[in-house]
Amino acid sequence: MLRGAATFVEDIPRPHAHHLAFVRSPVAAGRIAGIGTEDARAVPGVLAVVTAADLGHPSLTAVLERDEFVPTSMPLLAHDRVRYAGEPVVAVVAESRYVAEDAAERVWCDIEECDPVLSLADAASTPVHPEAPDGVLVDLQMFADDLLDESLARAPLVLEETFRSGRVTAAPMEARACLAEWRDRDEQLVLHCSTQVPHQVRTGVAQALGIAERQVRVVAPDVGGGFGLKCVVGREEVVAAAVAARWRVPVRWTEDRQENLTAAFHGHEQEYRVRAGFDAEGRFVGVDADIVCSVGAYSAYPFSCGVEPLMAATELPGVYKVGRYAARARGVATNKPPTAPYRGVSRPQIVLVMERLLDKAARRLGIDRVEIRRRNTIAPHEFPYTGPNGITYEPGSYLEALERCVREVTDAGWWERRAGGDGLRRGIGLVNFSERTAYGTATMGLRRMQMTPGFDVSHVRMDASGDVVVTSGTCGHGQGHETTFAQIVADRLGIRPERVKLRQGDTDLVSFGWGTWGSRSLVIGGGAAAVAARTLAGRLKAIAGELLEVGPGDIELADGYARVRGVPEARVAVEEIAATVHFRSHTLSRHHDQLLEARGAADPPGMFSNAAHAALVEVDPGTGDARVVDYLVVEDCGVVVNPTVVDGQVRGGVAQGIAAALYEELTYSPEGQPLAGTFMDYLVPTASEIPPVAVHHLQTPCELTETGAKGMGEGGTIGAPAAVLAALNDALRDCEADLDHIPVRPADILRVLTTGTRTEREDTA
Amino acid sequence: MKPAPFEYHRAYTPKEVTELLLELGEDAKILAGGQSLVPMMNFRLARPTALVDINPVSGLDYIRRDGDVLRVGALTRHRSVELSTEPDVHNGFSVLPGAARWIGHFPIRSRGTVGGSIAHADPTAEWCLLARLYDAEIVVLGEHGTRTVPSDEWFTGFLTTAALPGELVLETRFRRPRRHGTLLEYARRRGDFAIAAVAVAFDITDNRCHDVSMVLGGVANEPLRVPEAEAYLEGAEPGERAWAEAARLAAEAVTPGTGPDDGDHGYRRHLVGTLARRALAEAQAGPAGPRPRGGAS
Amino acid sequence: MKDQHLVTLTVNGREHELVLESRRTLADTLRQELGLTGTHLGCEHGICGACTVLLDGEPVRACLVFGVQADGREIRTVEGLADGDELNDLQQAFSRHHGLQCGFCTPGFLMLAEAYLAGGGSADPGEVREVVSANLCRCTGYQGIVEAVTEVAARRREQAAKAHD
Repeated sequence: MLRGAATFVEDIPRPHAHHLAFVRSPVAAGRIAGIGTEDARAVPGVLAVVTAADLGHPSLTAVLERDEFVPTSMPLLAHDRVRYAGEPVVAVVAESRYVAEDAAERVWCDIEECDPVLSLADAASTPVHPEAPDGVLVDLQMFADDLLDESLARAPLVLEETFRSGRVTAAPMEARACLAEWRDRDEQLVLHCSTQVPHQVRTGVAQALGIAERQVRVVAPDVGGGFGLKCVVGREEVVAAAVAARWRVPVRWTEDRQENLTAAFHGHEQEYRVRAGFDAEGRFVGVDADIVCSVGAYSAYPFSCGVEPLMAATELPGVYKVGRYAARARGVATNKPPTAPYRGVSRPQIVLVMERLLDKAARRLGIDRVEIRRRNTIAPHEFPYTGPNGITYEPGSYLEALERCVREVTDAGWWERRAGGDGLRRGIGLVNFSERTAYGTATMGLRRMQMTPGFDVSHVRMDASGDVVVTSGTCGHGQGHETTFAQIVADRLGIRPERVKLRQGDTDLVSFGWGTWGSRSLVIGGGAAAVAARTLAGRLKAIAGELLEVGPGDIELADGYARVRGVPEARVAVEEIAATVHFRSHTLSRHHDQLLEARGAADPPGMFSNAAHAALVEVDPGTGDARVVDYLVVEDCGVVVNPTVVDGQVRGGVAQGIAAALYEELTYSPEGQPLAGTFMDYLVPTASEIPPVAVHHLQTPCELTETGAKGMGEGGTIGAPAAVLAALNDALRDCEADLDHIPVRPADILRVLTTGTRTEREDTA
Repeated sequence: MKPAPFEYHRAYTPKEVTELLLELGEDAKILAGGQSLVPMMNFRLARPTALVDINPVSGLDYIRRDGDVLRVGALTRHRSVELSTEPDVHNGFSVLPGAARWIGHFPIRSRGTVGGSIAHADPTAEWCLLARLYDAEIVVLGEHGTRTVPSDEWFTGFLTTAALPGELVLETRFRRPRRHGTLLEYARRRGDFAIAAVAVAFDITDNRCHDVSMVLGGVANEPLRVPEAEAYLEGAEPGERAWAEAARLAAEAVTPGTGPDDGDHGYRRHLVGTLARRALAEAQAGPAGPRPRGGAS
Repeated sequence: MKDQHLVTLTVNGREHELVLESRRTLADTLRQELGLTGTHLGCEHGICGACTVLLDGEPVRACLVFGVQADGREIRTVEGLADGDELNDLQQAFSRHHGLQCGFCTPGFLMLAEAYLAGGGSADPGEVREVVSANLCRCTGYQGIVEAVTEVAARRREQAAKAHD
């Protein structure tokens, strides 16, 4: 990586590969009346110009097995209708990307334009899919409670609030990319793909092309960030596969940044209308939420467009005891690109909603905002706690994290800094939340996806020299799996981590897996590796016992040796055991038909990490500028396997959360044209916008996992928008209006500043 | 995002540039630093049939003081101005090095040129604002030799100038040096094009402002001088009261008709008021000395 | 064919003769013609900085320079940083400070920082943060990058001061 020797898909040398460029719909909605490809075909260097008809109209369909879900197909290339500006219609195959783009410009599409659907309000006017005439692809009524209305009616305080979050995208630095080749020798299509889920890509490609899974090998080389964007199957990747299979030439597609921002997968465009009742002491009596997610034009494969609505409705209560609870969550089809599970999936929004509700209630009731959280948070003695959302929460450090966060902030002098006095306004945001991680089969099964992910498997094998190769169905891309998996396996085998190498991301090398997303890899993949390593350790002990003439129970593995407990000089090196098993098995009484390999699996139900975040923001009333100047995280992901890796995930996550709170939004014109198609408009923050983030750890070991660890890949992104928004409102504490949406722009802040003032209440912890 | 085909030509003298441009026709373009043109070409929003690369042209990379005139050669990189510690620059034109620091980032400033920016005429570009602030003259070479265009005639609209086909910017002559001056801008993200920018320059004698210029960026199709504010400040006592009134006049110059049609003109107006007040106060505080930034310290 | 140019590029000290189409960017030239794939393309419009290389010692976006423009000039890419097997001080600091996760932006940051440090860049973290703001990273939140560059700036200045004594 540091030498420039990493291999991302685009770095794989294939000098003679053809390149794909897509002709994309220039309009948000319309009917395709005609497509002209003759001029494009005539461009020298063009191999083929491909329409949906040329491929036999293949498509990808993601299905939830629920009555409330309307299945819709996503064609690989649009044929009858276009449903967003940027939708691929024609693929040009040429000798270089330069020539492919030259030819793409010569394709004409005659499209009869229709009025676009951009929000729930106009969803029924011209439905995106005829199958869903009201524009709603999924409508979930969950946890209906007949007594909720009554409870709210009697509550001393009822807040009726609306919260919104803007459409954003993962924007990994490496956009999507693939290289597809047909190999006659193996009768196999080899698809190198920048993906988080190689096995799901394999299934998607096999299904769309109507070939056997065996005939598709998907390899994820180095992957330049994913954040959920690459945990779904892209239609362009399948088109590349189809072209390679049909024309028998290697074909590359490298998504450019404009495509990535305007035509890949988006997320987080949501609106919450919430009624929340509180008693006089600030305790929730009930929460009723109506949630609308603008899921875009298609259901992404394999997760479907149910991901955001399901997550939002199920997990809204978070770390709080909300009393009675009901939620309706809808996924509305809009003429915008489809959504994928972008880092956090609805939890940045639900945490924002809950934390805003508590801050508002605290203010209305005159209760300190830390105190109101103490009163509502699930307390240590209440675990395992089952909420009105049917979820049982295993032990976490919810209150401890909050108290620690407040203490750290106080010790760091934030309250003094908040007082200001230099013309800038300052505010502190404090939020407390949990994130469910490592969703296993049992939890995923409740979603009723046609393809239910959850478990993972791992193989651990030691070669004749005593080195170990671990395979895993995960597919890391910057999360440090190589380090953490090696640690986990090495610990159990008593060898140095450098002797353990992880292999992942190749469907021919790894029998099956569900990839890397949903904060699952270390817990599920690492858990499976731990199980396999434990089994292998048992075999090493058995053989060592025979060599040392003791029972296997008397053997311990440490420092590269199997040694007799209490008799350290009675030992045999792991290398020697390995060599014996491979080359001198005749000297062993048994095991001679087995090598040093073991398989492990893990499928935990899912578990809750938790964290408290604090943000200190500065607001410049002259410009409306808001800047996060300090940030603090107290997080508990159970046993920390590697603090550096955990801190890196937290900090990177916080940066994406700050981005969503203040900078990034994919806006659209009334005609449905994307207005943020470049990094000049889509403001991924630089080092100047992201403050240093202090990370403190609490460790509540998890009883549900092999290593005691819980997942933690998304928490930073989940907590930061709420923390920043809380801090902004605190900075504007004497103003009449509240900010209840993200991203907050300078003009929004100036608007609040001019709405008049209210009496300031000193609010310290 | 790959550029459309074009012919590439390299020029070594200004004369060669103009000859090539005339020969290649109207769709040929000059390539200097390329920091604005090449992104547009990669998006295929600009599709010149030919490029004349002027980077090899010698003798256009200089900053020279000639009495009251500061002459900046067209191929002077932003970074050269930024790092300049010459008294010739700092006495009277101290705004320039400070303003250069607002331009993009270190690699952009290493490559982009002053002449390229003047020719590109982006209404938020720092050099364009300063050209108007200092009543600069743009020296161009064309078919019939050189001519000098005053900056108030140079900027003729959004990304358009008074340059004729085949003309090459040779030099920008900043005039009317003043002791006090500054350029301030605001963007949400570090290094981005400004949402709005304000540049001011003036002298103070006997506790009165003289020779005042004020230019706004990002609020109109070209850099916008504010004669009302300038007139008000002429002879005014420097201080918060005068700055506030001048800032009000500056904000008033921002009208819905003048700026980008993004529905946010109310915000721009507020922003211009703030920036103008702050720029005047900062300029009053003294001539900004060379401020070492980037790799310079 | 029209518009092909014979150019000579010196990359990491090695001279290459190439025939290039005018429109081929320096980034594509390095990656596709010379197989130096350490230089990555993250946006192709000059914002992300993943393709930053040194052109005659100056940091440039290789997506905004055409290969033909580099004729007769010296280019330094990430592949030229290490001395054989030994990572240079900056590369080591990036590793120590966890200044990379997915690694895609890393070559651009290394070359940006190398240019800054070669110019005697200060070890003031605020200043480093401003310089580092030229490039985008989506994984790290920048903290490790800022720490790494700050540390190397301090050490190189120390060394320079010692050498001067």
